[in-house]
Amino acid sequence: MTGKEVSITINGEKKTAEVEPRMLLVHFIREIAGLTGTHVGCDTTNCGACTVIMDGRAVKSCTILAVQADGKKITTIEGLSRTPGKLHPVQKAFVDKHGLQCGYCTSGMVLTSFWLLNRKKKVSEEDIREAISGNLCRCTGYESIVDSIEEAQRNLEKEGGYTEEEIPVRRGR
Amino acid sequence: MMPPAFEYYAPTGVDEVIDLLEKYGDDAKILAGGQSLIPLLKSRITAIPYLISLSGIKDLSYITESSNATRIGAMTVDSDLEYSDTIRKRYPILMDALSKLADPLVRNMGTVGGNISHGDPSNDLPAVMLALKATFVARGRGGNRNIKARDFFIDTFTTALEHDEVLTEISIPVWKEHSGGSYVKFEKGTWNFSVAGSAVQLRLENGAVVEAGIAITSMGPKAMYIPEAEDYLLGKKFHKSVISEAADIVVEKSQPSPDTYGSVEYKKNILKRITMEALENAFRRSGGM
Ligand SMILES: Cc1cc2nc3c(=O)[nH]c(=O)nc-3n(C[C@H](O)[C@H](O)[C@H](O)COP(=O)(O)OP(=O)(O)OC[C@H]3O[C@@H](n4cnc5c(N)ncnc54)[C@H](O)[C@@H]3O)c2cc1C
Ligand code: FES
Ligand code: FES
Repeated sequence: MTGKEVSITINGEKKTAEVEPRMLLVHFIREIAGLTGTHVGCDTTNCGACTVIMDGRAVKSCTILAVQADGKKITTIEGLSRTPGKLHPVQKAFVDKHGLQCGYCTSGMVLTSFWLLNRKKKVSEEDIREAISGNLCRCTGYESIVDSIEEAQRNLEKEGGYTEEEIPVRRGR
Repeated sequence: MMPPAFEYYAPTGVDEVIDLLEKYGDDAKILAGGQSLIPLLKSRITAIPYLISLSGIKDLSYITESSNATRIGAMTVDSDLEYSDTIRKRYPILMDALSKLADPLVRNMGTVGGNISHGDPSNDLPAVMLALKATFVARGRGGNRNIKARDFFIDTFTTALEHDEVLTEISIPVWKEHSGGSYVKFEKGTWNFSVAGSAVQLRLENGAVVEAGIAITSMGPKAMYIPEAEDYLLGKKFHKSVISEAADIVVEKSQPSPDTYGSVEYKKNILKRITMEALENAFRRSGGM
């Protein structure tokens, strides 16, 4: 087995390491970059606890090889707010509307919400429920998560756009 | 779990992919979006000593429209189709399938080519391609070869692709005026594959069917098209009894197996209902009711 050198830009910082080709992106993020906000909640690509933004798309980092992410730009929960000590409007909404209990699913939920709200201008409750259909929560029953995402949309509207972030998101319908 | 160890290649050209497939034979497999393959590796259902990724090839992701066809690069991710105006306008049947395929995060990685090449009877896009009468382009050592969707699906996880062939393009004909289609999927929970799926594409003249494509998902060893039901519909106009009889033919030709999703009888009941729904939608969308 030959190691492969990969370089992945995570939250604006380039990490280079020689890895086994079978290493999953989530393990690169947690063990090599040392960012443990990205979780592993299942072995079957169902739960979304491992969600990150890769080149503008929300994806499940447990089902991507680190070698596949070579040269790509990744945003994890740690990189969402660029201002130390200040929560991103989506994170703040989850706090204000009690969008979490144990918190295990939360980083994935927040990143999927961020992706949805940046991709689409005005989202309905149906859009929200559809967008988080690949993120499972064992605690909240989802109602407070949907409330949080609606609140996040209002927060983002009030703050007048998303320019602060410098996190490009692929636009879509 | 970690996948079993493998060597990884990401060449920049299709010809190099073919070279590697020839060199390593059955020990090698193509990796596209990985959304079927990586779960199989992680659960150690399969082991692949040599993985050859298509992600280094620049020009396999595109959607181009011409007056008689829409051409889709094999590495186009599902969500790019889902957000494409061309696809939305031309193929409502495909939009139905995409919006229910896996979940939005899986659709951000999974590719159209992978969905078709995998040969999984539960994948949703094969039935849609059968109903739309698409053609696939495979590139091998000797150059390109066109394979009709209807000749492509052979058996469970077996397609007409040779081991050293790469699916490069999906070409869907433009269905003329007064045509429309629908895909209805019955699933238990979003992240599950379907219990059954039914794809119907129709073209009408003066309200009567002149061309039909009907195919089903998860109801046999492979995605199956049902020519008997297509023939039955020719010349018919919308009527409750027509869609009921066409659906009966589809059910009769289906070959479901019992599993944790349900018994054969249960699955056939579901198939009847969703096929009637897809037929009704297709008639409505083609202006026939
Ligand atoms: C949680 C979950 C739920 C899912 N639910 C659904 C669902 O409801 N409906 C559905 O249709 N799918 C579903 N899928 C599967 C998903 O759509 C996959 O993305 C798809 O089946 C394979 O596409 P891929 O690009 O990920 O291919 P890969 O996993 O990379 O490859 C799949 C197979 O195709 C071969 N292959 C890929 N591309 C080519 C090519 N261009 N030429 C030749 N061979 C090629 C590979 O060698 C491999 O054998 C689900 C997946 C997950 C993880
Ligand atoms: S860890 Fe569950 S989907 Fe990735
Ligand atoms: S808050 Fe516990 S899993 Fe969602």
